[in-house]
Order: sequence, then structure tokens, then C-alpha cells
Amino acid sequence: MPGDVIASGDFRYGSYIEKRGDQYVALRLGLAEVSSDGIRLNPLTGPYLPRVEDQVVGKVIDAPGFGWVVDINSCFTGYLPASFVFGRDFSPATHDLSTKFVVGDIMGARIESFERARDPQLSIRGPGLGKITSGVIIKMSPTRVPRLIGKRGYMVNMVSSLTNCDLKVGQNGVVVVAGPEEGVAKVAQVISMIENEAQGADLTRNVQDFLGGGEQVGSQA
Amino acid sequence: MEAKRRLIDDNGLRLDGRKWNELRPIKMEVGNLKNADGSAYIEFGKNKIVAAVYGPREVHPKHEVIADRALVRARYHMAPFSVDERKNPAPSRREIKISKVIKEALEPAIIVTDYPRTAIEVFVEILQSDGGSRCAGIDAASLALADAGINMRDMVVGVSAGIIDDQVVLDLDDSEDKEGSGDMPVAFLPNLNQVTLLQVDGIYTREKFQKAFELAIEGGRRVYEMQRKALNDKFFGGAPQVVAAEGGEA
Repeated sequence: MPGDVIASGDFRYGSYIEKRGDQYVALRLGLAEVSSDGIRLNPLTGPYLPRVEDQVVGKVIDAPGFGWVVDINSCFTGYLPASFVFGRDFSPATHDLSTKFVVGDIMGARIESFERARDPQLSIRGPGLGKITSGVIIKMSPTRVPRLIGKRGYMVNMVSSLTNCDLKVGQNGVVVVAGPEEGVAKVAQVISMIENEAQGADLTRNVQDFLGGGEQVGSQA
Repeated sequence: MEAKRRLIDDNGLRLDGRKWNELRPIKMEVGNLKNADGSAYIEFGKNKIVAAVYGPREVHPKHEVIADRALVRARYHMAPFSVDERKNPAPSRREIKISKVIKEALEPAIIVTDYPRTAIEVFVEILQSDGGSRCAGIDAASLALADAGINMRDMVVGVSAGIIDDQVVLDLDDSEDKEGSGDMPVAFLPNLNQVTLLQVDGIYTREKFQKAFELAIEGGRRVYEMQRKALNDKFFGGAPQVVAAEGGEA
């Protein structure tokens, strides 16, 4: 909980932790892990704050002329410059922004740069990024996204194969699910399960049992 | 002229049967409002208060943006039905003042520099009022901030102490507040031992001031334990928290 001393001594420490003297103090409500490698705090609640290289799912909310303003489910709006899409020779006189994205379009994007004084800049260069044309949008808590992805993508791949759905998971807590209606409904239930039981130890097994994929249990740690 | 009634009887008990250093019954719940980013409900004696936190989110109007940190706003509001006679729902002078002191009591706990150019908005809605509502509002707002996942240095705890029948007591209710001779709302950060709100009304000797202040801090520590329990109940299902530690003291 905020203000709690997690450990004292000499450790490496990650986000949401502050060092006061030789004590490491939590700044958020979450689960702390202390090991010889360092201290980590996995927050259980909180807003999405962009970090460079994060993959996000966003919605175009404006196209003011030289790029697109994208809602990335954060207190900061993303900006995708038109030159990242049309190339360096972009000119508003010769290129029409609406040929690529219009207001309301959904896209998968990567946070290209973010500094405190400016809104995050997005890029759609990379595999699986760009306009998303089909699927259902499901929102979840950004702090639970790592549990949906799982170790090396284990959980998301398992959910995807057991429901025959394609999942695009944004680290901002927006998930686009495309596939059969029944599968989409199951994914929505799995996401709600992950949100409610994120701190549980048997989450992967519970999700497998729920999706009826018991025989596919692997050696996930 | 009507004789002033006694607020403490011969057995040392107050009008509601409490001892001088006793808190009123307290109930706290976290996360009751789905549409808020963080919320809490508190019953502090007969006070019933809902606190909601929205943000960090875009600042409107834009000219209020602070380039290097978040703007914290707080609104303390009493519902028209929260007191015996209907209260005008428009913000009164008192509510504007209390909104300001709540904001100033919470802001030192929030790491505002983590959220530049944004607004963090705290709403404290008094559904039923019975004295000490600003302190109870601070307790609820602090829980709502933690529920919203906003980076905080510490929780914030508020409790009042005061003087009735020439004796220092903890946690005054409405009648004690009105008929007593002094009220001292205190808010502080329990781990950092820093005071973020100290208001005093009435005349205190140096000794009584010291005693009232220490009593409020001591009562606040009990409230802090209840805040922890409320958060624990919501996020950990009441299970004890275990921190695995290797290579250091946890």
C-alpha cells in the first residue's frame, strides 16, 4: 500500500517504488516481489501511462492536418504524424489523410517517443500494427494486461487457440478480439476472470479449465 | 438564560457513551462507484460520505494546465438532505473553504510530478453529516486515491480532537462540536509523520493544545489501520499480505 516499507538494504528497484534512506517504499497498491535481483512492485490498479516501445490500441479522434490524434486510453493523447505513414515527402497539399485513417478508425500502434512536455508520438511501423478493420473492443485494467499476455505470450496464445479468435492486446488495456461470436464472448469472460483473479496463483489453469483446454496444459511457470 | 448542558457525565462518558479517547464506530468500503477511477464510502459515526477520484485526465479549461505536474482539484459538497434542515445545494463559503483544505491535505501525499499536464479530481460528497466530516472526507478521499492507482508517498488520515467541558477528547460529533469549546481537525501522513492539515478553533492552553494534537495523531493511527483493512479486503480478499524477501530485510 502507498507508504509501506517493502524492504530495507541495498537493492535494485523498479517503478512505483521510492528509496528513502535505505528503505524502499511502495507508491501504489500492489504486490511486491523482493529477491536478490531487486524489488518489483506489480500494481493492482492504476491508469495507463505510456512508455516507449509499448504496443497500444487506439482510436483516431482528430485529424488536424499533419497527422492524427489518437485516444490511447490514457491521460495523454497519442499523435501519429502523417510523415510516419506517407513517408518523409508528406505534404498536406498532395496527400489526403483520409485515405489512411479517418476519425473513428481503430489502430494498433507503438509508442515511438514520449517525454513529459509533449504527448506521446505513435508509429504504425512494425508487424501487426496499423488499421484494425474488424473485431470487438474490450477494455480492461492496464495493470492486468501482463497477466493476459502471460510469460512470453503463453496466456494470450492459449486463449487465442482455444477460442479460435485473434487477439490484439494493447498495453493500454484495450483488446481487440476478432473471431466467431461464441469465441469473442468467451474471451470477454476470460478477461473479466483475469481482472478479478489477477493476483491468484492458479490463474492460467483456471482459464484453461474454463475454456475446456485441460489437455493443452503446458509447463508454464 | 438556558443552562449549558454537560457533555461529559460523572462517569467520564460523553453523550453517546464514548470515553474521552474513543472514536465513533467506523465502516469503510473501497471501489463502490464503477464510473469513477477510484472511490470509497465511509461511515464515521453518523457521517456517511462517498469519495470519488477521477484522473489523471485532461485539464479543462486548458489555461489551468501545469506543465510539470498534475493539477489537484477537490470538491467537498454536502447533499441538501445531509443535515436537519435542507441545505442549499450551491457551494457555500464553508464548503469552498473545506474543499481548499482537503485539496491541501491530500496534495502532499500525491506524487504530482508523475502526471504532468493532467488533472486529478477528488469529489467528497457528504450524504449525512454529523461533525468531523472534513476529516472523514479526507480518509475516504485517500482511500479513493489509492483505489485509483495514483502514485502516493503515503496514505492521508484525518481525525479531529477538541475540548468539551474543559476536557480534551477525541473525534467530536456534531453536538460536541457545536456545544464544546474547541475543535481541532488534523490530517497527517502516518508513515512519513507529516501533518498536512491542522485547523484549530477555540482557546487552548499550551498543554491542552499538545494533548489534543497528540490524541488526534493517536486516533488517526487507529483510522489508518482501518484504511489498510478496507484496501486489504478489496484487493486481497482480506488475506494476509506476504512479501517474499531474500537478501534483505523485508
